[in-house]
Amino acid sequence: MATLELEIDDAVVVSPVRRTRRLGALFWMAVGWTLLVLAAAALADVLPLPSPTDMDMLARRAPFSAEHWLGTDTLGRDELSRLIHGARISLTVGLCAPVIGLVFGGALGMLAGYFRGRFETLVVGSMDVLLAFPPLILALAVTAYLGQSLLNLTCILGVLGIPAFMRVARASTLTLARREFVIAAQALGATHARILLRELLPNVFLPLLAFFLLGVAVTIVVEGALSFLGLGVPPPISSWGSMIGEGRESLEIAPRLAFIPAAAMFLTVLSFNLVGDTLRALTDPRQGAL
Amino acid sequence: MFGFVGRRLVYLVPVLVAVSLLTFLIASLLPGDLAYVILGDQATPDKVAALRHDMGLDQPIWWRYASWLGHVLQGDFGRSFRTGQTVLQAVSERLPVSIELMLLAELTALAIGIPLAIACAVRSGSAFDRFVTGSAFGMLSVPAFLAAILLIYLFAVELRWLPATGYVPFGEDPVGNIRSFVLPALTLALGEWPVLMRVLRSDMIATLQEDYIAMARAKGLKPSRILLVHALKPSSLTLVTVTGINIGRLIGGTVIVESVFALPGIGRLLLGAIYTRDLIILQGVVLFVACGYVLMNFVVDMLYAVLDPRIRHGHA
Repeated sequence: MATLELEIDDAVVVSPVRRTRRLGALFWMAVGWTLLVLAAAALADVLPLPSPTDMDMLARRAPFSAEHWLGTDTLGRDELSRLIHGARISLTVGLCAPVIGLVFGGALGMLAGYFRGRFETLVVGSMDVLLAFPPLILALAVTAYLGQSLLNLTCILGVLGIPAFMRVARASTLTLARREFVIAAQALGATHARILLRELLPNVFLPLLAFFLLGVAVTIVVEGALSFLGLGVPPPISSWGSMIGEGRESLEIAPRLAFIPAAAMFLTVLSFNLVGDTLRALTDPRQGAL
Repeated sequence: MFGFVGRRLVYLVPVLVAVSLLTFLIASLLPGDLAYVILGDQATPDKVAALRHDMGLDQPIWWRYASWLGHVLQGDFGRSFRTGQTVLQAVSERLPVSIELMLLAELTALAIGIPLAIACAVRSGSAFDRFVTGSAFGMLSVPAFLAAILLIYLFAVELRWLPATGYVPFGEDPVGNIRSFVLPALTLALGEWPVLMRVLRSDMIATLQEDYIAMARAKGLKPSRILLVHALKPSSLTLVTVTGINIGRLIGGTVIVESVFALPGIGRLLLGAIYTRDLIILQGVVLFVACGYVLMNFVVDMLYAVLDPRIRHGHA
C-alpha cells in the first residue's frame, strides 16, 4: 500500500512541472519578441533613427549599409525606420481594437450569461446579426463610408471583435454562475453587482485575457490586410501592411522590401498566437487535446 | 427533420431582415451624402437638393428603407451611377469567378488537411504528428496577402512556372483557366488547411478510442477501412461546422486574393466600388455577400443535421 501511495504522489508532483517546462522555450521566445517589438514601437521617437518619411531619390532601394541598416525602399526612405514606425500603427490598432472588444463584449457576455432571459436573447441575437457579415467585408465597407484614419480603423475593428468576446465571456459565466461559490454569495445576500464584479469577473478574466491575445493577432492581420489594399491608415504613414503592399510592386527587383515587413508581421502574429494559445490551454483544460 | 429545418428557416427571416437593415443603415447614416458624391465638389446647393429629391434622399429614413427593401425583394438592387450597370448584372458576371476560386481553395485545403489529420491521429504524439501540428500552428499566423506574395515570388518570379496575375475564362481556354487559379486557390488553401487539420485530428483521436473501433480491429478489418469508413464520418462533425464558420474568413480572403492576382470576382467588384466611391454597387454587393453568407451557414447547419442524427431529433 505504502509504495502505491508514493508512486501516485510522484506522478502528481512531477507532471505539472514537466508540463510547464515543455511550454517553456518557445513561449519565452515569443514573449521576448513581443516585448522587443513593443519597446521599439514605444521608443521610436527616442531611438536615433532617420525620418521614416524623408525621401532620398539618389538612394532608392539601397542595400543594407551602416547608414541604412535595412536599406531603403522604392522612394529612398529608411526601411528600418519605416518598419519601427509601422510597428506603432500595427500595434496601436492591434492592441486598442481588442480592448474595445474585451470591455464591451466581456461586459455584455457576463451580463447575458448571468441574468439570462430576454436580455440574453437580445444580446445573442444582435451579435448574430453582426456575425452575419464576413468580417473583412464589413470592415472594408464601413471604412469606405467613415473614411480612413487611425481612430476609425481602431473603432471598426474593435466593434467587429465584440461578438467573439461576448461568446467567450458568456460561455464562462454560464458555467461559473452555477458553481457553489456564486450560490453561496447569493445566499449571503450579495448584490448582483458584487457577484458580477467580485465573484465572476476574476474567474472570467483569465480566459478573456487569453482570447484577447489571440484577438491581437487577428486584428494585426486584418489591419495589415486593409493597409495592404490601400484602405488602412493613409500614406505617408507606414504600417506593415502598406509596406508589404508597396514592396509587392518591386518583388522582381528587391523582394526584401516585401519580405522584411512580412517577416516582422509573421513573427509578431505568431508570438501573440503562441502566448495566447498557451494561456488558453492553461485556463481551459478541455482544449488540452488540441 | 422537417421540424428542424422549419425552425432554422423561421430563424433565418429575422436575421436576413436585420442584415438588410444594418447594410442600409451603414450606407445611410454614415457621413458622405450620396448626392455630393455623384455631383462632385463643385455642385451647387440647388442641384444637390434637386438630386436628393429625385433619389428620394429627402424622405424620412424608415420610408427610404422600406422602399429600398421593396425594390431589393423584387430583385432590383440598384444601378451604378458610374457605369450604369445594375448591381445584379455586375454581381452575376463576377460571381462564377469567386465561386470557382472558393471551391478550388476549399477542395485543396481538404485534400491537404484530411490526409494529414488522419496520419497525425493514427500516430498521435509521434515526431511526424508534432511536426505537422507545429507547422499548422505556424501557418495560422500567415495572413493571406503574405502567402500570396510568397507564392508569387516563388512560382511566378523565381521559377516562372505560373502566371502571377491575369484571368482566362474557362470557355476560352480551360487549361489556362485552371493555371490562373492555381496560385490564388493555393494561397487561400494554405490558410485554410491548418484549421481543418486541427479539428479533424483531435476529433479523430477521440473517435479512435471508441469501443466500436476496437471491435472493428478485433474483427480483423483492414486498418484503411477502419479509418476511412468507421472513423472518418463520425469524426467529421466539427470539421463541417468549422468549414461553415470559415466561409466568412474565406470570403474575406477571396477579396484579398482577387485583388493580388487580378481575378475579376466579387471581391474586386467590392474593392473597385470602394476605390471609386460607387456607393450603390458597394451597398448592393455587401447585402448580396452577407445574404449569401447567411444562406451558406444555413446549408452547413443542415449538413450537420444530416451527419448527426442527434441534432435533427432535438436531443444533442
